Amino acid sequence: MLERFAPGAQLDGFVVGECIHAGGNAFIYKATPPPERDHGFPVVLKVPAIGRAQPTIAIESFEMEEMIHPLLSGSHVPRFVSAGDLSATPYVAMEYVDGESLTAIIARAPVPLDEVVRIGGALADAVSSVHTQEVIHLDIKPENFILRRDGLAVLLDFGFAHHARYPDLLAERQHFAAGSSPYVSPEQLRNDRSDPRSDLFALGVLLYELATGTQPFGAPTTYAGMRDRLWRAPPPPRAIAAEIPPWLQEIILRCLEPAAESRYQSAAHLAFDLRHPEQVPLTDRATRTQVGALSQIGHWWRSRRERPASLRNAGIQAPVIMVAIDTNHPDDERHPALQWTTRQIVSLNPEFRLLCVSVISAAPLGEGATDNETASGRHLQHVLRLRQWIEPLKLPTSRRSLHVIESASAGDTLLELARANNVNLIVLGAPWPKQKKLAWLRSVASNVAANAQCSVHIVRVLRTPHRPV
Amino acid sequence: MRIALLSDIHANLEALTTCLAHARDNGASRYAFLGDLVGYGADPRGVVDVVSRYVKEGALAVKGNHDEAIEEDAKGYFNDAARAAIDWARDSLDDEQKRFLATLPLMLREGDICFVHASAASPARWNYIDSGSEAQHCIDATDATYTFCGHLHDQALYFTTGQGRMHEFRPIPGTPIPVRDHRRWLAIVGTVGQPRDRNPAAAYTMFDREREEVTFHRVAYDAGAAADKIRKCGLPGSLAYRVELGI
Repeated sequence: MLERFAPGAQLDGFVVGECIHAGGNAFIYKATPPPERDHGFPVVLKVPAIGRAQPTIAIESFEMEEMIHPLLSGSHVPRFVSAGDLSATPYVAMEYVDGESLTAIIARAPVPLDEVVRIGGALADAVSSVHTQEVIHLDIKPENFILRRDGLAVLLDFGFAHHARYPDLLAERQHFAAGSSPYVSPEQLRNDRSDPRSDLFALGVLLYELATGTQPFGAPTTYAGMRDRLWRAPPPPRAIAAEIPPWLQEIILRCLEPAAESRYQSAAHLAFDLRHPEQVPLTDRATRTQVGALSQIGHWWRSRRERPASLRNAGIQAPVIMVAIDTNHPDDERHPALQWTTRQIVSLNPEFRLLCVSVISAAPLGEGATDNETASGRHLQHVLRLRQWIEPLKLPTSRRSLHVIESASAGDTLLELARANNVNLIVLGAPWPKQKKLAWLRSVASNVAANAQCSVHIVRVLRTPHRPV
Repeated sequence: MRIALLSDIHANLEALTTCLAHARDNGASRYAFLGDLVGYGADPRGVVDVVSRYVKEGALAVKGNHDEAIEEDAKGYFNDAARAAIDWARDSLDDEQKRFLATLPLMLREGDICFVHASAASPARWNYIDSGSEAQHCIDATDATYTFCGHLHDQALYFTTGQGRMHEFRPIPGTPIPVRDHRRWLAIVGTVGQPRDRNPAAAYTMFDREREEVTFHRVAYDAGAAADKIRKCGLPGSLAYRVELGI
């Protein structure tokens, strides 16, 4: 099985083409699928290096990939085509993803700030998509990301992944550093393969590399060397490149916290912060200029206590919630009901992110001389109303953000915002009850309920209808 | 071939009929009963009749420790409530039903599958498989690829890792799990009639040999009716309570 296939060879109906990767665990070939497996996209074959001289980990890794890859959907993973039987012709056939490998991008790091943000957000989106499908990748590294031309990141190689619903064949691998040593998380070094926040640690390493051009913990070759990250804080990125803004340092160092509970609790939250720098709450991480002894001890101490996270319903445990608030009608009687519901929902979740959104019409309502009637004055007025709306909930600013958006179509804007921010739940009011029946069909609520990719909670004011005697 | 694996029915006819219907609707073509047909519940006669009818039609059945205790000279420790239910069942069952229980084998093999109530390592000692090392003892006793057992009431799946040890996995009901036959597997199939994980739903497991897939199931049934019957036949109230709450 170890010999390489020559172009033109047949493998379970596929015609093998050029070998595009020859790694330690597998060969990857371009291939032409047989007609019954031709879905109209180019295909590659991944053939594991399984043979007498190979470690059994290649077998387990193939089994994990064969088990997990077909279950994944969405544009952040290559589409699965088929897999060959382990005992006869082990291979996985999947979509060939055209784009730039993150390896090439990292090679020219440090990259400009806007690129760090754009690429980092794309990587976090991909990880979020996989996490919500109950999978932890556990081998996040540059080689396993491809950036498509449209900016979307695709995550490859699920041979070391963990699925919450399936037995983990790699569970008892002692001292098992999945992929490569620069990216392995503290949990993995403790033989815990069940924490999705391990992937956030690896994302932190990638962000660090993109921003500074260096690796936060180097590339240790020994297990003891890798364990350094359990207690050693990396040099703050701003100490390497002073032009890195404090908010980005905050984000990166938060990802690299040795204790998983001190990191971002979901990839969606990380993606959100990368895209809303003004909303990132800054702590001492943002301004750290060197690795102090005190912070070092704190680092080590925090890494000792661990509260495990569960992968099941990952998005739901640390949800991104969006509430649509009509600031055009601040005295609407639906506001208290919406507030009450929002309070109920956030009180159920110890870890959440709440987006408060108001969509206002694009054109100014009329000409006027006062500040309130200029575009920016009007915008500010709505931000203040949003703040007033959310104030009674007494949420820390790190948990909530305010968004006033000018648009002619409130429904479409809400849907777009929900998609862009990996929102798990949209909360919004039903149409005004006095409106005619037909109003529902034309309402923002019905548009959002029908077209959202996530759950939608529609709030109504309870009223007893008048019954004539 | 899809085989439904039902264990620890414990004289709960409501749970048994619900699981059998669920298994049939999900394409079961064979049935294996992994012991403890009686004990705790109010329907030892009904359950033994159903199981013996299935066995006449080709189903497999092995003996559990509660089935063994029906025999007059049986030893073994049981708490007071369990002992009361066994004594009552012994009086309720007719000779033919008792003979059916007494002649059940402790263990069965069919191809690369082993069926046993407790552990294949000395099955008559009723050892619990509650750890990877107990699971290892069990599979060391046979050369079966797949071992299915009951006795413990919580569903579990053990598999050999690359290190050659058995590793435990807590399955999530309703998810088909690939169980490739180059590896060895041991499943604790769960209890039909006596769940104890604070979820009263009946538990059983389905194995698809061709697809190499095992699916653990939990099925809601009328636990209230089963509990009422226990109260009406004068068995200790705690037994009714346990069935109702799944404790």
